[in-house]
Amino acid sequence: MPTSSDTRVDTAATGVATTTACTTAGADADLAVHLLRLGDDALVLGQRLCQWITRAPTIEEDLALSNIALDLIGHARTLLTRSGQLDGSSRTEDDLTFTRSDREFTNVLLTELPGDDFAVTVARQLAYTHYAVLYYEALAGCDDPELAAFGTRAAKEVAFHRMHADRWTLRLGRGTPESTRRMRRGLERVWPYTGELFAEDEVLRRLVAAGSVPSPAPLHAEWERRVTATVTDAGLTVPAPTWSAGGGRSGLHTEEFGPLIAELQSVHRQFPGGTW
Amino acid sequence: MSRHREGASASWEVFLRARRGLAHQHVGSVRAADPDTALALARDLYVRRGDPLSLWVVRSEAVHTASPDERDPYFAGAHHRPYRYPEHFAPLTASTGPTEKGADGAHVE
Amino acid sequence: MSAPTTVVSADRPVVSADAGATADRDELLAHFDAIVAEGGMIEPRDWMPDGYRRMLIRQIAQHAHSEIIGMQPEGAWLTRAPSLHRKSVLIAKVQDEAGHGLYLYSAAETLGVDRADLLDALHRGQQRASATFNHPALTWADTGTIAWLTDGAAVINQAPLCRTSYGPYARAMRRVCQEEAFHVRQGYDLMRALCEGTPAQKAMAQDAVDRWWLPAVALMFGPPDTEAGGTDARTAALGAAVSRRAMAWGIKRHTNDELRQRFVDQCVPQAERLGLTLPDPAIRWNEERGHYDFTPVGWDTYREALGDDTHWARQRTAHRRAAHEDGAWVREAAAAYAARENENENENVVEVAAENAAENAVVDARQREEEVS
Repeated sequence: MPTSSDTRVDTAATGVATTTACTTAGADADLAVHLLRLGDDALVLGQRLCQWITRAPTIEEDLALSNIALDLIGHARTLLTRSGQLDGSSRTEDDLTFTRSDREFTNVLLTELPGDDFAVTVARQLAYTHYAVLYYEALAGCDDPELAAFGTRAAKEVAFHRMHADRWTLRLGRGTPESTRRMRRGLERVWPYTGELFAEDEVLRRLVAAGSVPSPAPLHAEWERRVTATVTDAGLTVPAPTWSAGGGRSGLHTEEFGPLIAELQSVHRQFPGGTW
Repeated sequence: MSRHREGASASWEVFLRARRGLAHQHVGSVRAADPDTALALARDLYVRRGDPLSLWVVRSEAVHTASPDERDPYFAGAHHRPYRYPEHFAPLTASTGPTEKGADGAHVE
Repeated sequence: MSAPTTVVSADRPVVSADAGATADRDELLAHFDAIVAEGGMIEPRDWMPDGYRRMLIRQIAQHAHSEIIGMQPEGAWLTRAPSLHRKSVLIAKVQDEAGHGLYLYSAAETLGVDRADLLDALHRGQQRASATFNHPALTWADTGTIAWLTDGAAVINQAPLCRTSYGPYARAMRRVCQEEAFHVRQGYDLMRALCEGTPAQKAMAQDAVDRWWLPAVALMFGPPDTEAGGTDARTAALGAAVSRRAMAWGIKRHTNDELRQRFVDQCVPQAERLGLTLPDPAIRWNEERGHYDFTPVGWDTYREALGDDTHWARQRTAHRRAAHEDGAWVREAAAAYAARENENENENVVEVAAENAAENAVVDARQREEEVS
């Protein structure tokens, strides 16, 4: 079985990643890397949301968050499956989810931040869902019919997630002094991590140049406009962080990521050769 | 309503149009502080399966009710007007000639 | 209109006794009994005996609490499900349980109680969930076993409740039963995968069945209420008295022991097909009775299975209470926001229509079903 070394991400000191693919044509390998990143974002965020279930502020919210988690896991399954086909390794969604090491995951750090404060979860959902609606809508216009169909479906689903995030941002922002304070702190906590969603690297630039997928970079301004509208509505201001996090795309994660992956993979790894 | 304590959510009745051509049907209720949330929760709760067409939520306390036990005058009339029903009359396949009539003048088969 | 219009919540009981006060109680009772006797439905605003109302509130609340507390043992495995397919299925299942709890709280509210009060009673330990969930889910196979055995038991328990005499309860139960069938099937399917897997996987499956059989067979059906079910004449009489009253009111349709037998008859062949052993040496086919014999669930066994005053029994309530307390600030924020918005507008009806709302995303649930199946 080809290992991750086929698509190993070499990280330069700057954090900019380049890939060298051996087993498949360059374009396919690039696309595999890109879809793996999107899939990892959905997977890791879904995993974080799963941690809320049975712990949410209301039973209705247990239901709402599990709905969102279910959609995100669905997105991850489609994206990881396709990535495994394209990179020539024939790895399945489960191979990619349960047998990669922490360092091989390429999700943005935003998705892995612990979200045990509901306001942090809402702030992250706000940032991610507004981005995801824009990016999946753009993906819906790409030439690859399978990817375009996925983009159309996923955009509809994340549109509902975005409404959920907007609703809560408004309610927490304009609720009680306590909730206002927490929401402000939540936004400040996650905002430095939002830039990574829009970052471009060599892989993405090659894909965009070849016209195979859209770049998220040009969507940043529209994203900014939309989240600002919601945050302003909520009586808050969009933080202007003095720094921007990065590294997730090249497998450089937070220290909290290890336990998340260990938990995710524990049963699968405990039963080598198991079928589920 | 006075029953609602501080911080408790209001009750909303949920109506669902399950398919094109059907009327909205009452499916249950949800608790939510405001209408937007009530709609979203109703969707999460009552629309997990199927392919429904539309949802209404209505403040429970906005529904005015009349039921037979307490409002006899509302319903009393409904039972005693047999001539509102087609069965009261001779079937369209009946020919002329002597027909039996019941005590209330209804056609008897 | 001559009669003054009373403003009440939809399908909520009339709190003032205006109708009942003047009418003769015997006449009302006779009317109530007649409806129940002919298999009719009692609706929220009908007159009903206090005992009937109390029994219903108690039963529906306990049922709702069991769904909510029942989310925990399986919910604990959501982050560890060993495949993404199983993860999706488990999320969908735990989500259904939250939904079932909410359907049932909504039915209970038609009897004049407030959901917040019912939850408070659960959190304070004044009302309980099924003791089945006093037991821990220790391995991944427990999630399959819970679905196969305890949801299987629940379906047997609940199918007759779709015809229970109280309308809102029966309607909620029809919705629950439709969805519950998926739970049992996926549980059996999960167990089948384990039994066809490696020896270690199969051992995990057997271990889970060894631990969950007794809670399922004993606790899901309630204490013994017949002599045939294994209890002595006196206790049987006591149990039967409670069951009989519930049956006379059409709240219950069968004795606990009848349903228990039905459950054993269903599980034995399924366990055989899976190649799993049910941990009861007395299980064997009885040609004469046309049923499987099994070790009767006497009161001692029942008490032993309860698992009250254990770490897990306490943990279930504590977990629920912590979620509620930790979320208080969020609920307060939502209420404060709504109160402020309410001052500006008084909106009573809101609609979302799938045909024209661009953002409604009443998503294609069918597509999700396909993903899951």
